[in-house]
Amino acid sequence: MSARETILGRIRVALVDVPVAEPATWDELQDDDDAARYNRSGDDNPQAVADLFAERCGAYSARVTRVARDGAALRRAIEAACRRHGTASLVIPTDLPENWRPTGIECQPDHPRLSLRRLDGAGGALTGCALAIAETGTIVLDGGAGQGRRALTLLPDLHICVVRERQIVASVPEAIEQLGDTVRESGGPLTLISGPSATSDIELQRVEGVHGPRRLEVVIVT
Amino acid sequence: MSNDFEAAARPALADSQLRANMRHATHTIRDKRARVVAELDDWEQLREAGRRIKDRTMRHLHVHLATLEESVVRAGGQVHWARDAGEANRIVGELIASTGANEVVKVKSMATDEIGLNAALEGRGITAIETDLAELIVQLSHDRSSHILVPAIHRNRGEIRELFRRELPGTAGLTDEPAQLAEAARRHLRRKFLSARVAISGANFAVAETGTICVVESEGNGRMCTTLPHTLITVMGIEKVLPRFADLGVMLQLLPRSSTAERMNPYSSLWTGVTPGDGPRAFHLVLLDAGRSATLADQIGREALNCIRCSACLNVCPVYERTGGHAYESTYPGPIGAILTPQLSEFRSGTSLPWASSLCGACYEVCPVKIDIPTILVHLRGRVTREVPNSGDPGEAQAMRMLARVFASRSRYERAQRVARAISRPFVRDGRIARRLPGPLARWQTVRDLPAPAPETFREWWRERERAERRKAERP
Repeated sequence: MSARETILGRIRVALVDVPVAEPATWDELQDDDDAARYNRSGDDNPQAVADLFAERCGAYSARVTRVARDGAALRRAIEAACRRHGTASLVIPTDLPENWRPTGIECQPDHPRLSLRRLDGAGGALTGCALAIAETGTIVLDGGAGQGRRALTLLPDLHICVVRERQIVASVPEAIEQLGDTVRESGGPLTLISGPSATSDIELQRVEGVHGPRRLEVVIVT
Repeated sequence: MSNDFEAAARPALADSQLRANMRHATHTIRDKRARVVAELDDWEQLREAGRRIKDRTMRHLHVHLATLEESVVRAGGQVHWARDAGEANRIVGELIASTGANEVVKVKSMATDEIGLNAALEGRGITAIETDLAELIVQLSHDRSSHILVPAIHRNRGEIRELFRRELPGTAGLTDEPAQLAEAARRHLRRKFLSARVAISGANFAVAETGTICVVESEGNGRMCTTLPHTLITVMGIEKVLPRFADLGVMLQLLPRSSTAERMNPYSSLWTGVTPGDGPRAFHLVLLDAGRSATLADQIGREALNCIRCSACLNVCPVYERTGGHAYESTYPGPIGAILTPQLSEFRSGTSLPWASSLCGACYEVCPVKIDIPTILVHLRGRVTREVPNSGDPGEAQAMRMLARVFASRSRYERAQRVARAISRPFVRDGRIARRLPGPLARWQTVRDLPAPAPETFREWWRERERAERRKAERP
């Protein structure tokens, strides 16, 4: 008998006490007990949601800048972020919006595909995101428009991420609902980022930055 | 009851530095956890939802595993089944060998620690490099993990600096500043990440519906391992499956707040099979049984499989705080380890662990999926005593049988009380039994604080009162 058959067989025998008619999956929408009725959505005021995201993202020692919907202001914010970290060159996904590209900073699109060594040596990466979560200050990448492949935002030591206010959802369950649709449609990889890389492994003292980008700049566009 | 834990805990209890470190560490994390948990007004509902998701999943585990397999294969991955640790190690070893690699990078994973994967790979001439900072420290010092979340919690910065200076090239001028130590690890491991062809990970969650695997972490080593190498091998216990993608909406709130006491951990990586142009070209999922299906057969004990490995129960446990993790002699220490270890080993190891608890219930209160650890501990004490040969103390069993006879009759019970009062008198001081009892009772007494038998029992007082009333009534 194969390992698969053995294991599934053992499980079936172990679960003889479970009624055959019981649904295999718990569904919060089918359960009318208040005990398990957690909040599936948060605040629906977009301004409050954006403010909360800015506050919570900033709490992870990510630098948060907010700009009005304006090409020039966004570009200036990105340039300022590069200056803060002394970064003269950025790697960017091939489909990054033209008007995000900062002036005076060399922008290297990931086409033809940059080698890992080249990404490792890059000063920073500039991308958009799939969505952001206010309650936890999280940005989410799904490899979609303006984000590129995962290595792009992983190897450089600085990640500048542009978040549009309308991309911010209030709560984790709302984000997961949207991301579930993405995964079912495209199956692409997801990365949830909440502040820069960190460790507390030595005497529980928090150190910002181990392997991922040690600096995270988030620019929120109204 | 076997005495393994009691014996293993002795050196830790005698080490006052270790106890101070553990106390500081556990209290720091538990206070932070309480703050981020208080921030959510629906925390109790989330816990209940988490419990129901996990409970239902375990009750239909075979269905969800078959769906998971189908989804992973559809997304371009391959699925392997391992009945036990040896089979899992063999599968992983062969997969690595077929790539020709002799070095692999690893993300911190409890399952691969449980099955002793690193040692098994070493036997095949394959070096497995731990990339989590604490796991690297444990690996370089040939030590064992002492905490699920922060395995090197028992090491201080000076020890880590000495270790790095000895083991990592180019670190002669290293100070003991944690930022510098982390930087040294970053430089050392960056070279490994860029050249590694194979990576091994565990899984925090695997979504049956979509075939998506989720790894949560802080440092970025998980992102490196799941993104850069050509081949990714994930070893997961079969109990890690979740039916629906939507279940992550609950779990990704419960886990980080309970574990690192953060609103969200810095990085979570979720991947679904392989994606052309982004990440590994080959993905293998190894589904590990190793005692899980046997655990499932115990209707009370199976709840232990709901654990999401947050380690909140370790940080609140008065026993863990005093003994540290090593005394448990298991991959899984603390209260959760005390109920998982004996069950996963099918009662071949860790059979003394159900007694490593005061049954205070703090673990149950913080558990994000509401595992009733105290009830399972008591249940497993019973199973160990009944099922494991020579596990009970024959003297204790004899004493319990005698007590049962005494309790069964009122006259025997009252006589026993009078005898106890008389013979305990020489040992009593300030209302407590303070002097060492003779013979086998001495061992029993060392871990118990006993009050002296009452000078007058309730029954005696009542009889005396009745008698007085009667006398009063009879008097004209």
